[in-house]
Amino acid sequence: MSLIRLQKITRRYQMGAETVHALREVSLEIARGEYVAIMGPSGSGKSTLMNLLGCLDTPTSGEYELNGKQVSQMNDNALAEIRNKEIGFIFQTFNLLPRSDALRNVELPLIYAGIPSHERKQIALDALTSVGLADRIHHRPNELSGGQRQRVAVARALANKPSILLADEPTGNLDSKTGTEILALFNELARQGNTIIVVTHEEAVARHARRILRILDGLIASDERTDEGKNAPPILPR
Amino acid sequence: MKFHKPVLLLAEIRESFFMAMGAVTAHKLRSALTLLGVLVGVFSIIVVMTAMRVMQSHIESEIGKLGNQTFMIARSPGVIFSGPKGNGKIVRRKNITLQQGLQFEAKAAFARSVGLQASFWVGEIQTAYKKTAPDVQILGETPGSFSARNWIVSEGRALLDIDVDNYRDVCVLGSGLATNLFQTKSPVGEWLKIDGINYTVVGVLEANGASLGGDQDNFAVIPITTGLNRYGGGTWRSLSLLVQAQDQDSYDDCVEQSEGVLRTIRKVPPGDPNDFEISSNDSSIEQFRSFTFSLRIGVAIVSSIALLAAGIGIMNIMLVSVTERTREIGIRRAIGAKKRNIMAQFIMEAVTLCEIGGVIGVVLGIIGGNATAYFLKLPPVIPFDWVVIGLVICSAVGIIFGTYPAWKAANLDPIESLRYE
Amino acid sequence: MNFFTELREGLLIAWSAVRANKMRSVLTTLGIVIGIVTVTLMGTAIEGLNNAFLKSISFMGADVFYVSRQNWFADSQEEWLKMQKRPQITLGQIDSLEKKYTLASAIAPQSSTERTVKYDKRRASNVEIIGTTDQFPLTGSVSTVDGRFFSAFESEQGRQVCVLGSEVATNLFPNESPLGKKVTIGARPFEVVGVLEKQGTFLGESLDNELIIPLQQMLVAFGAGSDYDIRVKVANIADMDNAKDELRAVMRVVRHLAPTDDDDFSINQQDQILAIFHRVAGTIAAIGLFVTGLSLFVGGVGIMNIMFVSVAERTREIGVRKAIGAKRRTILLQFLIEAAVICLLGGLIGLGIAWAMTFLLQKIMPAEMSLPIVCISILVSLLTGVISGFLPAWRAARMNPVDALRNE
Repeated sequence: MSLIRLQKITRRYQMGAETVHALREVSLEIARGEYVAIMGPSGSGKSTLMNLLGCLDTPTSGEYELNGKQVSQMNDNALAEIRNKEIGFIFQTFNLLPRSDALRNVELPLIYAGIPSHERKQIALDALTSVGLADRIHHRPNELSGGQRQRVAVARALANKPSILLADEPTGNLDSKTGTEILALFNELARQGNTIIVVTHEEAVARHARRILRILDGLIASDERTDEGKNAPPILPR
Repeated sequence: MKFHKPVLLLAEIRESFFMAMGAVTAHKLRSALTLLGVLVGVFSIIVVMTAMRVMQSHIESEIGKLGNQTFMIARSPGVIFSGPKGNGKIVRRKNITLQQGLQFEAKAAFARSVGLQASFWVGEIQTAYKKTAPDVQILGETPGSFSARNWIVSEGRALLDIDVDNYRDVCVLGSGLATNLFQTKSPVGEWLKIDGINYTVVGVLEANGASLGGDQDNFAVIPITTGLNRYGGGTWRSLSLLVQAQDQDSYDDCVEQSEGVLRTIRKVPPGDPNDFEISSNDSSIEQFRSFTFSLRIGVAIVSSIALLAAGIGIMNIMLVSVTERTREIGIRRAIGAKKRNIMAQFIMEAVTLCEIGGVIGVVLGIIGGNATAYFLKLPPVIPFDWVVIGLVICSAVGIIFGTYPAWKAANLDPIESLRYE
Repeated sequence: MNFFTELREGLLIAWSAVRANKMRSVLTTLGIVIGIVTVTLMGTAIEGLNNAFLKSISFMGADVFYVSRQNWFADSQEEWLKMQKRPQITLGQIDSLEKKYTLASAIAPQSSTERTVKYDKRRASNVEIIGTTDQFPLTGSVSTVDGRFFSAFESEQGRQVCVLGSEVATNLFPNESPLGKKVTIGARPFEVVGVLEKQGTFLGESLDNELIIPLQQMLVAFGAGSDYDIRVKVANIADMDNAKDELRAVMRVVRHLAPTDDDDFSINQQDQILAIFHRVAGTIAAIGLFVTGLSLFVGGVGIMNIMFVSVAERTREIGVRKAIGAKRRTILLQFLIEAAVICLLGGLIGLGIAWAMTFLLQKIMPAEMSLPIVCISILVSLLTGVISGFLPAWRAARMNPVDALRNE
């Protein structure tokens, strides 16, 4: 059974007097454990697709089944819960809370999940350790380097053990060396069985994934397996 | 050079004003909330001052039922409250009797006129054709009362000495009562029944102007002696003396002399306080004025507190505004604006905001204050002096509370500001 | 996430937000402080005046009727004149009343006049001379602070004894005890057997410039004089209404009124004064609180304004929180709590300042800060926060996460 199934997803919205067709009847499936890249130029609809996949937005029409649940017509509160439990976001600009330290930033999704204080501190600690930042848990974002910040963001995304990790240009604000480090981290996470979706306009970044979905003018233009994908180790059962 | 300066200044002010209006309209909600505070403060001052001025002229005319230069001497003051300790000193006072009144009249040559008055009865008056409601007042007076009370006869005549001396059953009608009973017909010579006895109408008074509740002129005047005869002049009835001074200058003298004469007549020992009360237009108006004065001070204080809170809000928001526009300030400085230009710009914004709030507050305050005029059917009033004061205060608030943010803005480092994002 | 956890998280966020921008927080709080100080001071003044008034009428018992020819309050000049015409209350009538009325625990007639009282070389002028019986202290809340009241025997015999009001006692006997000494009224000597406790003033008139003698003596010394009032103390305070009806009935019989006649006397109670006082005081209080409430309103508007700014500044953050799973109500609560915290802070500071200023205020008028006022002030500041902060918090909660995240 697929983890993600989109069926004839359409997204239209009004920009002044014009109607913009961001997505036109897109259908696709993503299985558990896949490492997928979504590529496209600006205006192609990749951001819209990402927002929909991440349940930040609802489609104008069509169905979205995530982990067995029909999320396309859920109300706001229900979507918030889905985002909390099933989705882990990683943003280009990191989007950490500037006034909280690393530990507290990672705790945030756990707080919204209602997990009691003791437990969540432990989980957050574990998450930060797994990305190699055990010695920086009380640092504020402005005391961390770009790469470290993104790793905190990854730890936060992993905190609630979501079904999918959704990364929007994760290396966009990083230099090439740090960027590679982060992509290596993603690789490791994929190897551990996490489902990862990366949205990017850079070919080099997309190549790290096992499958590339190219999108153009609101439609899926192509769906190919990469070299990595062909040689990828088998997906570990979860 | 010097010739250009005032023109330049004016142009600068004009430019600043337009920039300020631009800034104000850029954040409509924010500006609205900011000037709301000033609006409320100004509104509260203006509404109270307007309402009070509306009431003042009305109440003063109510109080001033006596003519000018007239004062009244009575046994007890206006407010009647007895209390559990018995009626107290007031009731222990001896009544002012007819005899004392006549003695006083004889001795008060220094006054222009003296009238004696007693209130006898309230009830309904009947003619052959009509009955009034049972709310007509019957007053007993002497000829002197007419002058003292500023009563002007419009038809027929006033009471005369012979009416009083002979206990005649005659009466003079207030204009409201006359119109009520006789409509357009002349009442002079007609008869009417008061409390079962027939009286002949000898005169009608001029209307005394509209006042609260309408019919101030719903009364009839009979000779005081007739009344005393009919209703008893017993131990419990006390007369009032109405004294009119010769003119404004001799008013105080007249009061003093009257006091002296009456004390002698009533055998008040020297050193003891008066056993009667003297009241006049002036003293009552004086009391009313001092009461409203304290009220006005109270309102002024409270409104200034509200304006203080509004000013703080202005300072707060202007600081935010300055921070948000750091880049813009940097650009302006780069183009050549001096510190004082920046400072003037922001102070102008604060003042503009306050003035807009002030103007709206003034308009609403005048409308609100005159609502009382509408309900009480009184003439509306626009207190121009308070409008000016209010607007001046608004500008002051804007300047005072806008100075610190403006100063901060002016002293930003231009280079840093341009780098800010 | 249950409510309590939400509250706690909200408080932590609010606190860090307050500390983040100190100048702004100070100014915002200041607006509320000013509002709360004015409203609280107005409250203390009202409370103080209320209590002072209640204390000042406490000398009239709540369970005492004052039967008199007149009503304490006349609605108009005409009414007052009518009451003047009523026949006086006579001793014979008082006697009949005492015999016929069973619901009283004490009945005391009183009559008064005004005289100068002398002792040695001193004089007290304009002293109210009250003639009454030994039942007098039972009918009111006055008692002797020195000596005793005159006895039933002295009262019936009309002995020349007297009880002094505290002002008279201080005037005539500044350095010694008045007990046993003889004061003269006119030419008559009266032996002082007691001194009354200080009662204070009522409506500006001192209640202590009085001297009480047996009624029988008063008749002898000053002649059958003015009107009598009768003080009737009810035996059962729970049954006041019934007692009043019964009293009225008995008085009507005693004064030989026909069933169709109106009452030609009045039965007054402390209640009447309270009723009128409450009406007047209520109106003044309402106006006062409204006017001071204006400054609080202005402070609240300031809060709303700044909260809107705060929400706009943190648009990105709101977007992130929503992306991570915060529900609308969580965001709403977060900003509401922020507003409430600022207002509560301002309220507490304002209360402190108002408390200090109450002492100053007490120099010009009675003012008291009671526990209810403190609680109400705190509640009001919280409410101001919640109300002012609601619209901005609502806007934050309804933000579209996609747009919010795109915000710079």
